[in-house]
Amino acid sequence: MDNIIIIAISALGGLGLIAAIILYFIANKFKVFEDPKIDEVEEALPSANCGGCGFPGCRAYAEATVKAAKEKGSLEGLNCPVGGNDVAQELGIILGLEVEATEPMIAVIRCNGSHANSPEKVDYEGVTSCAFAHALYSGEGGCMYGCLGLGDCVDACDFDAIHMNPETGLPEVNLKCTACNACVVACPRDIIELRKRGPKDKRIFVSCINKEKGAPAKKNCVVACIGCGKCEQVCKFDAITIDSFLAYIDFSKCTLCRKCVEVCPTNSIHEINFKPRKPKPENQEVLPPSSEKAITEKPVHHNHNKE
Amino acid sequence: MNKFTVSGSPHIQGDDSTKKIMYGVVIAMIPTVLFSIYFFGVDAIRVFLLAIVASLFFEWAIQKFLIKGPSTINDGSALVTAILLALNLPSNLPGWMVIIGALVAIGMAKMSFGGLGKNVFNPALVARVFLLVSFPVQMTSWPKPAPITDGLADVITGATPLGILKEGLDAGKTVSELTPELPTYTQGLMGEMGGSMGEVSALALLLGGVYMLWRKIITWHIPVSMLLTVAIFSGIFWGIDPEHHADPLFHMLTGGMLLGAIFMATDMVTSPMTKSGQLVFGFGIGLLTILIRMWGAYPEGVSFAILLMNATVPLINKGFKPRRFGIN
Amino acid sequence: MGILRTFALGGIHPVENKLSANAPIETVPVPKQAIVPLGQNLGAPSKPIVAKGDMVKVGQLLAEAGGFISANIHSPVSGKVLKIDNAIDGTGYKRPAIFINVEGDEWDESIDTSADIVSEITLSSKEIIDKIKDAGIVGMGGATFPTHVKLMPPPGKTAEYLIINGVECEPYLTADHRLMLEKGQEIIIGTKLMMKALNVKKAFIGIENNKPDAINHIRELVKAHDDIEVQVLKVQYPQGGEKQLIKASVNREVPSGKLPIEVGCVVQNVGTAFAVYEAVQKNKPLIERVVTVTGKAVKRPSNLLARIGTPIAALIEMAEGLPENTGKIIGGGPMMGKAIISLEVTVVKGSSGILMMKKEESSRIVEGSCIRCSKCTYVCPMGLEPHLLSKAAKLGNYEMAEDEAIMDCMECGSCHYACPASIPLLDYLRLGKLKVGQIIRNRNNK
Repeated sequence: MDNIIIIAISALGGLGLIAAIILYFIANKFKVFEDPKIDEVEEALPSANCGGCGFPGCRAYAEATVKAAKEKGSLEGLNCPVGGNDVAQELGIILGLEVEATEPMIAVIRCNGSHANSPEKVDYEGVTSCAFAHALYSGEGGCMYGCLGLGDCVDACDFDAIHMNPETGLPEVNLKCTACNACVVACPRDIIELRKRGPKDKRIFVSCINKEKGAPAKKNCVVACIGCGKCEQVCKFDAITIDSFLAYIDFSKCTLCRKCVEVCPTNSIHEINFKPRKPKPENQEVLPPSSEKAITEKPVHHNHNKE
Repeated sequence: MNKFTVSGSPHIQGDDSTKKIMYGVVIAMIPTVLFSIYFFGVDAIRVFLLAIVASLFFEWAIQKFLIKGPSTINDGSALVTAILLALNLPSNLPGWMVIIGALVAIGMAKMSFGGLGKNVFNPALVARVFLLVSFPVQMTSWPKPAPITDGLADVITGATPLGILKEGLDAGKTVSELTPELPTYTQGLMGEMGGSMGEVSALALLLGGVYMLWRKIITWHIPVSMLLTVAIFSGIFWGIDPEHHADPLFHMLTGGMLLGAIFMATDMVTSPMTKSGQLVFGFGIGLLTILIRMWGAYPEGVSFAILLMNATVPLINKGFKPRRFGIN
Repeated sequence: MGILRTFALGGIHPVENKLSANAPIETVPVPKQAIVPLGQNLGAPSKPIVAKGDMVKVGQLLAEAGGFISANIHSPVSGKVLKIDNAIDGTGYKRPAIFINVEGDEWDESIDTSADIVSEITLSSKEIIDKIKDAGIVGMGGATFPTHVKLMPPPGKTAEYLIINGVECEPYLTADHRLMLEKGQEIIIGTKLMMKALNVKKAFIGIENNKPDAINHIRELVKAHDDIEVQVLKVQYPQGGEKQLIKASVNREVPSGKLPIEVGCVVQNVGTAFAVYEAVQKNKPLIERVVTVTGKAVKRPSNLLARIGTPIAALIEMAEGLPENTGKIIGGGPMMGKAIISLEVTVVKGSSGILMMKKEESSRIVEGSCIRCSKCTYVCPMGLEPHLLSKAAKLGNYEMAEDEAIMDCMECGSCHYACPASIPLLDYLRLGKLKVGQIIRNRNNK
């Protein structure tokens, strides 16, 4: 009896030992040299494998950064949108490079054609896919630029950062957004844009991309931009341009002075996370800029993150 | 103003529906059910009712409490499974075994895969095999059919023709010696032989098959290729040595051959999607059945053969594609 | 009659509902304002050559072809060009169109407006094609592919047969049927003209056997021409598809991803044949067409000859109004037509029908789970597996969808029609085709 146990143990142990020796030599022989920095970089990355950087996964991005650091000495064009500035700085330390600070971005929904603002004229029946509906018709509210409300952006998001609001029928972005660009690509109507997150998450943008003339645009949606040009006139920083009846605010020039918001006749310019305005109609030209500027001027220096 | 609907084409739909298909199968099973009630009497009604009530209950309960989806007991699929399960059981099976069978069929074979259309194996057959290996004695003592018209005599249990044949041959007897114990072809056609409730009457099964073909619920491919394979292989052995092998017609009429070919193998969910694939599927079932019947430990092999071939369906679907237009 | 010809793979038999089959073609009055969209054909939209304020006559050129695959557009009315602006199209998108305020009904002098039938063919092949091109004729079956392009086979390819499509396999529609009954002689001359243009020796006119009156009428007319043959086809949808029709009439299969000319065939609709006749023999460009206005609740299902640019509301008025409980309006037939969003839409070259569906008919049945019955596979005329493709598209597995030949799908809708679980298979397939098409284009651009 004891014998059997001893034989079994020694046989299996011997087999294991032989296999281990063989494995050791083979592993040594076929060892592939890999820069240990790649592992270090990968460690530092968010490991979301979202593809926002343009590479298939974080490992590939790590390889690319190490290669670029070695060959070019800079990380230009290699941006991890999810990690943002912090990760970029960390990579700089690992790779021994000076990395410029980047501005955090966030996805912004440029349509406010909710059920209330753009009442449904037809009923849609079919698969829940914006891409399909976009090819089929203009939209329940009738606006051919507006949100179709079927949530392709929600499906595209890996970070649980965008959700449909059943009340408005529009998607809403929360703070989990990493600006990975997936929803921007998924939207068949190019409604979603990555914009500067802004100080304390304050930002101003035109929540409409309707390029129609004022009257037909207003017909479908009460909050459509009609291209009246009032915001362009009031803006002191040349941040607003009007092209085919549509205003666009360049976030690299915008100082968040909120003047355009006040003059917009259709409420299509949105301000987010601002304190409620004081009802002082006479003083409004003087007051807001001075108090706002102190906070807002910081981010304007570095904005090499347009694409 | 009128609010119009927008949707992609087509804007009309055929009048076919899952419900119609399922109830079509139920209608096709009516002759078989009636025959089995005729032969096995009140006991058969008991098994049918138990199987149906238990299956519908499990379908409802699982859908409501585990899957938490909309109720699916109206689509008829649970009813089909229940009747098929009952047809696969001997009429004298204890009631609690029938209920276990229903639980296995609905819970294990169907719902655990995600419900209607997602199961890999035929639920009724999984339950039958489960019961067969769990309760071999109860599952293989079949009452001899005694038409209701003969009055309620004591139920005599006995083996199936296939069982008699297998045991006889294993004991060294020849087919001609066994013939007096075996049913005649007419008896086989009408159903006067031992077996599960749905295995007895070939005529009733064929009737149901013709109905389903006419309603286009099934196509001819699986039953024909399966029966043809069985006929050819059993014919070859019978031709070589008729004293030790039963003739093809005997194989056709006995056991679960027709029940399997018409109702079990043709189950849409667990059979291949293309007609060429269905021919292969039928061939495989036929071949496996003959192998099990001749050399296996069990006298009957249709259910095992179908379950084995069910497992190959994804592979068959990959290998046998429909002929595409413009590709030669 | 023996076994009738039809195509081999798949096919369905939807309820025909040809409600307007016995309604003779009536003419719709000229509208007060015509809105003529610039993109009426497959391919590039046309380029306007008139400006705001110009006076135009009926048949005068409004816009010229915007590319090789494009067509001219002529004024369907006489009057003053009000503006060139965006107009809503059937799908709700706004696209450029020419708005004309109608004044009188003055026709261009070159057009022969008499009722005489001109049967003598005097022009050469090239002249015929040029005339067709000038007249802006496109496929009238609904695909709106410019006709002159089809009549000029690419170098190295020659046409052997001309097949005239009188199948009209879509339920409800009867425009082609009526046209064959009332303009049979013109269609035959149009066929002759296209035969000459293509230099083919044989033409077939394919008609399904649910139109015995049209078959007899056309048969009678072609007795004098032994190079034209009427082919009676067994009713089956989608026999009106080019590839299916070629298979049914000459038993040839167009290879996957290729055009009919690959097997020496050119298919033209009967409506196109009639338009060709008018363009070549009467010098009349494509400015009007026959539209079926129908539906189960419609009081007077009719076949109407309407000028391009007429608002469909005027046509619906002719059929005694929009039924109370209309839930869906479809431009074209119920199998392949598009849902129309508003009544401001106007008749275009490709409008074959306006179908008004009742509320209860118009909503879809709720999608159930797939029971793998393979009915979609059985009915697919292209031999695809819609259940597989729809799953691939749903899960975003576009590589698999491409491997399984999703681009072969002709969007006939048979799979969705046949599905017992009412899965919107074609919706998913279209989605898959959109995405796979994008992927293929990106790959080719690299």
